[in-house]
Amino acid sequence: MAAVTETLDTVQSVTQSGYKWGFETTIEMDFAPKGLNEDIIRLISSRKEEPEWMLEWRLKAYAAWLKMEEPQWARVDHPPIDYQDLHYYAAPKKKAGPKSLEEVDPELLKMFEKLGIPLKERALLAGVDPDTVENTQIAVDAVFDSVSVATTFQATLRKSGVIFCPISEAIREHPDLVKQYIGSVVPVADNFFAALNSAVFTDGSFVYIPKGVRCPMELSTYFRINARNTGQFERTLIIAEAGSQVSYLEGCTAPQRDENQLHAAVVELVAMDDARIKYSTVQNWYPGDANGKGGIYNFVTKRGACRGDRSKISWTQVETGSAITWKYPSCVLLGEDSVGEFYSVAVTNNHQQADTGTKMIHVGKGSRSTIISKGISAGHSNNTYRGLVRMLPSATNARNFTQCDSLLIGDQCGAHTVPYIESRNPTAKVEHEATTSKIADDQLFYCRQRGLSEEDAVGLIVNGFCKDVLKELPMEFAVEAQKLLAVSLEGSVG
Amino acid sequence: MLEIKGLTASIGDKPILNGVDLTVPPGEVHAIMGPNGAGKSTLGYVLSGREDYTVTGGTVTFNGIDLLDMEPEQRAAAGLFLAFQAPVELPGVNNANFLRTALNAIRRAHGESELDAVQFLKLARAESKRLHMPDDMLKRNVNVGFSGGEKKRNEVLQMAILRPKLAILDETDSGLDIDALKIVADGVNALRGPEFSALVITHHQRLLDYLVPHRVHVLANGRILRSGGPELAKELEKSGYAGMIAEAA
Ligand SMILES: Nc1ncnc2c1ncn2[C@@H]1O[C@H](COP(=O)(O)OP(=O)(O)OP(=O)(O)O)[C@@H](O)[C@H]1O
Ligand SMILES: [Mg+2]
Repeated sequence: MAAVTETLDTVQSVTQSGYKWGFETTIEMDFAPKGLNEDIIRLISSRKEEPEWMLEWRLKAYAAWLKMEEPQWARVDHPPIDYQDLHYYAAPKKKAGPKSLEEVDPELLKMFEKLGIPLKERALLAGVDPDTVENTQIAVDAVFDSVSVATTFQATLRKSGVIFCPISEAIREHPDLVKQYIGSVVPVADNFFAALNSAVFTDGSFVYIPKGVRCPMELSTYFRINARNTGQFERTLIIAEAGSQVSYLEGCTAPQRDENQLHAAVVELVAMDDARIKYSTVQNWYPGDANGKGGIYNFVTKRGACRGDRSKISWTQVETGSAITWKYPSCVLLGEDSVGEFYSVAVTNNHQQADTGTKMIHVGKGSRSTIISKGISAGHSNNTYRGLVRMLPSATNARNFTQCDSLLIGDQCGAHTVPYIESRNPTAKVEHEATTSKIADDQLFYCRQRGLSEEDAVGLIVNGFCKDVLKELPMEFAVEAQKLLAVSLEGSVG
Repeated sequence: MLEIKGLTASIGDKPILNGVDLTVPPGEVHAIMGPNGAGKSTLGYVLSGREDYTVTGGTVTFNGIDLLDMEPEQRAAAGLFLAFQAPVELPGVNNANFLRTALNAIRRAHGESELDAVQFLKLARAESKRLHMPDDMLKRNVNVGFSGGEKKRNEVLQMAILRPKLAILDETDSGLDIDALKIVADGVNALRGPEFSALVITHHQRLLDYLVPHRVHVLANGRILRSGGPELAKELEKSGYAGMIAEAA
């Protein structure tokens, strides 16, 4: 019997033990009653102490959502979601948005610690050059179910004019900025899940980088779904003014549960002239067990607008979790010579389903985009790359390069590549390359002959396969992502 | 000491090894010659535990332990190394990283401390220099885009770094220029010692000039047909296998 099949069989007998973030935190919660209607939206808005215009915006989105239907075009399959059987608001009891870390529930601090998320701002050591230290520091916004529980380094960031805070706080404190940009990249009625999010979003991060400022540290948001039967609808908005730069990373996990949970986020990015936004995601929501029970339904709309000339937006994602991933981080390249990038590793194992990719909409002259997608399928999973490259008539001399590679482990899984290319400008160039490969028995045997365990061998081969994407991640996270890849494939091969 | 007794093996239901008896005492280098399709590579694979082959009978012990009972990586940790007739490509996997992972896995199995990247590179550079190999071999992806000869040299480099107790070289000399041939011989000769044995599968007497074997065995139709001293290789070079096989039949 071939090595891979044999190990696949062995592993099927052991249930999935790989997910190490599946613990539950016991904490007293404040829930909204189950179901979705205008009153629930009013409740969310009032809990967040929102201004009237925000509530109206939400209600408009809700009205639009009522008329929409769940998209059917993705290669994912799930029983119907009962949108009335969910809580749309769940927050740890205590006032939302504590003023300082001291006010944060110690249970929560403990949980984030367990997840390896530093919520304590380490004091600078005496005699150390603060500039060099800052570069190794990461500001974290921690979102627990429907609320942000802590945001670190806010004061340090303020000094350079950077705003990094929960979006609920931004709506209260910086209403003009929020009003100007929210929904400007992903309109409320953009799609079914975006409309739902616009109606009921609860928290998420807000980032504003002023003109010419290079954000002095990595920004990161950590999302944790904890409560049962609760949807998480976060909303993130990042604005980079002319000549500014920021690198932002988000991570996410959820407890191991038998029922599916819904996560529908919206992320909007705006880059003005010469601004650069690097947005990295390590998505590790609970994927369900080896038989496909439980796991997060991850329906996410992420889009960046390169509004300014020579602006650049770069998406890097490592998607290992979720039962279903439906996600297409995109760039609208409006500015002249603006640049869009999409680097993706999507791993599916057991019964996971991923339909992910990107859209690059070229409007500006000389705009360029690069798409590197690495899909890895194992077990009984299905992994689809779906990507659109559109060259509008105005996109003179625009360029796109797409490289789309799939790696199969075992013979029960599927990999699919669905590229859409539309060019309405004869000077625009679009290149698309695609490959599909398998981890061959002879590769595994070669590694094992040299002394590597089968698992280490798969880890090496998979990391080799993903190298072009992993090198785009911020250093600190690249190592973590490599380990995560190995863990999520644990059981697929040994 | 490697002891093979009455070893039979098949692929699917096709028997390939039909009762191999062979003993390689510690400290000795033995050559295996034989016609194409005789089962030489199969013997190497079966000894190292490739799963496509089914062992249907016989025993193999290495320093007293039952090899056939072990996983391939356990055999590697026990000191067995196979230089592949056709080395495998690992796209995206850096050669140095691959070798360090392998060496550390073996060291772990022996309860030894692992080498960090710096310590390993020092060792690997020294070995590649000794074998007159360009440094960039370590930086490239395992066997990807290597010429036929470079792949064989890379096998020798891996052997030099992993320092096995039993090396099986499967036609590592095929497709090599004269200088590289010496490198292969040097690679094996450098490891020679009272604890090291080697099985060198080859079609060419030439390699055996540099790497004088203690014994030469002829494998045909899945069994050892004849064994002798180094002069047997010279004889085969002149007369070929046909007469010998006819005689045995
Ligand atoms: N996967 C396989 N399926 C079917 N037959 C196989 C397979 N592998 C090897 N064989 C057969 O087993 C026999 C022995 O092959 P092996 O590779 O061991 O020969 P060899 O002595 O190494 O030959 P060479 O000198 O050409 O390298 C051959 O007849 C070969 O065709
Ligand atoms: Mg052979």
